[in-house]
Amino acid sequence: MEVKLRVSRFDPESGDGVRYQSYALEVPDYATVLEALLKIREEVDESLALRCSCLSAICGSCAMRINNQARLACKTKVKALAGDGDEIVVEPVSNMSVIKDLVADMDSFWQKVRAVDPWLQPKGPPPEREYLVAHEVMRPLADVAGCIMCGACVSDCTVLETELGLGKPSEQTFLGPAALAKGYRFVADPRDAADASRLLALSNAEGIWDCTRCNICMEVCPKGVAPMEQILALRRKAIEQGYDQVLGARHTLEFEKTVRETSWI
Amino acid sequence: MKYAFWPGCSVPRQGTPELRITAAAVCAKLGIELEDLSLAPCTGSGILQAKDLIYADTLNASTFAMAEEMGLPLMTICSTCQGVFSQARKRMKEKPDYLARINQNLAEQGMEYSGSVEVNHLLWILVEDYGLDAMRDAVVRPLKGLRVAPFYGCYLVRPSAALGFDEHPERKTSLESLIEALGAEVVEFRGKTLCCGYPLVGVNDENSAAMVGTHTLEAEEKGADCMVTPCPLCHMNLDGVQPQAGEQRGTRIRMPVLHMTQLIGLALGIDPPDLGFDRHTVSVKGVLDKLKL
Repeated sequence: MEVKLRVSRFDPESGDGVRYQSYALEVPDYATVLEALLKIREEVDESLALRCSCLSAICGSCAMRINNQARLACKTKVKALAGDGDEIVVEPVSNMSVIKDLVADMDSFWQKVRAVDPWLQPKGPPPEREYLVAHEVMRPLADVAGCIMCGACVSDCTVLETELGLGKPSEQTFLGPAALAKGYRFVADPRDAADASRLLALSNAEGIWDCTRCNICMEVCPKGVAPMEQILALRRKAIEQGYDQVLGARHTLEFEKTVRETSWI
Repeated sequence: MKYAFWPGCSVPRQGTPELRITAAAVCAKLGIELEDLSLAPCTGSGILQAKDLIYADTLNASTFAMAEEMGLPLMTICSTCQGVFSQARKRMKEKPDYLARINQNLAEQGMEYSGSVEVNHLLWILVEDYGLDAMRDAVVRPLKGLRVAPFYGCYLVRPSAALGFDEHPERKTSLESLIEALGAEVVEFRGKTLCCGYPLVGVNDENSAAMVGTHTLEAEEKGADCMVTPCPLCHMNLDGVQPQAGEQRGTRIRMPVLHMTQLIGLALGIDPPDLGFDRHTVSVKGVLDKLKL
């Protein structure tokens, strides 16, 4: 089939801003957007910069905005988005700065993941052998532990977009769906003993209560991590832990109380 | 056509009574019969679901059971109510065990939900059941020349798996189709399916107002005469918080935001004084002038 890709191009050394370049090419019906981009790079325009590695939705390198939505290019079939001769628009992930063409600077992304202390903090000395954990306790964590850190959810997060639009430096903005889902992964891990301090930190400004529940991260996540669900689970756990005086928690509790007492709001 | 009418909480009791009034007026004009579900409880708005899902689903299952008792499909006029209902319906439909558990709770109130109620937003009902051709025929005052920016509200577009988009792909562009059927012109803009900021009111007012500013200014830049929304919560924020949103950006924004039912009402020939525009924060005079009303 023939496909037209309209690709966002940016070269910091040129001194020009972002421009769009269109390529028309013939690809097999089963081709992914990534395969089409690689064909452009190999056969048409070797200056096109993009990131990719595994080609099979495992490494998380090739997240980009395809037709106005963050997706993994390797998991997105051309044919699913375009009929013969239709145009597909390809842009770098949003809410991050662009290094070149489709390559985004993931620094702010990693900074936020690090901010949630993404490692196990068990209590006491480690056991002689491995930690034993019941299957049914770990099973609910499988989805969130399946995050491949591609940044699709962060790209399309409406809160981050809003804060960056206000001119906030990225380190002062919302922690975002990926980092908060990662936070939940450790709070819910039975081996971790730092729940209280984690929940306190995540309850503060730029944390769990700043999510606007727009569901975009649920929609764009290519791995079923369901970040917003994890954020809501963190909210429940934070309230249970007694961190119920921040505005968001008070709002939730007041809402619940009113509905329970009157059936209404 | 007859529906069990779910007015939603923000509609009759506070916020946007003009929505309920205009929805009823529009349905009367179109010959759509409504039977009020006035005793039904709040949907939980997604907030209650995040706190206690079983309790929230029990509340909504009781509403579904009331509609079933009436023998009517449910009709909503709020994107949030619709989304919350759609998600609850999906959970109970997909897992019979879960439905049984919810029905145990309902049994305490002497109620039972079968698991298969139809629940649709007025927007979907007009596009799918009433039909766009019939809609065009019903228009007595085509909104010719009026440039309208559609604003869906998150819950009417996400999570898409709960909203029947596979079965009804026309839902994805239902608001644009309706605007065109009324004779107006659709203004495409990026904010169309994004968040209005309402869920952040009282929690992070700065971000909430910033969302309002982004969408209203973009609509203005794209040359829209007004925005239109099928969600009263979006209306409350996009209209009510516009002054603060303007202040935040050091400018004055004057983007009229109409309820979907008000836009339909204008096209059906309802007199503007009967459409509740006086309750808006931002004047809709520009819209009425353009339509020479």
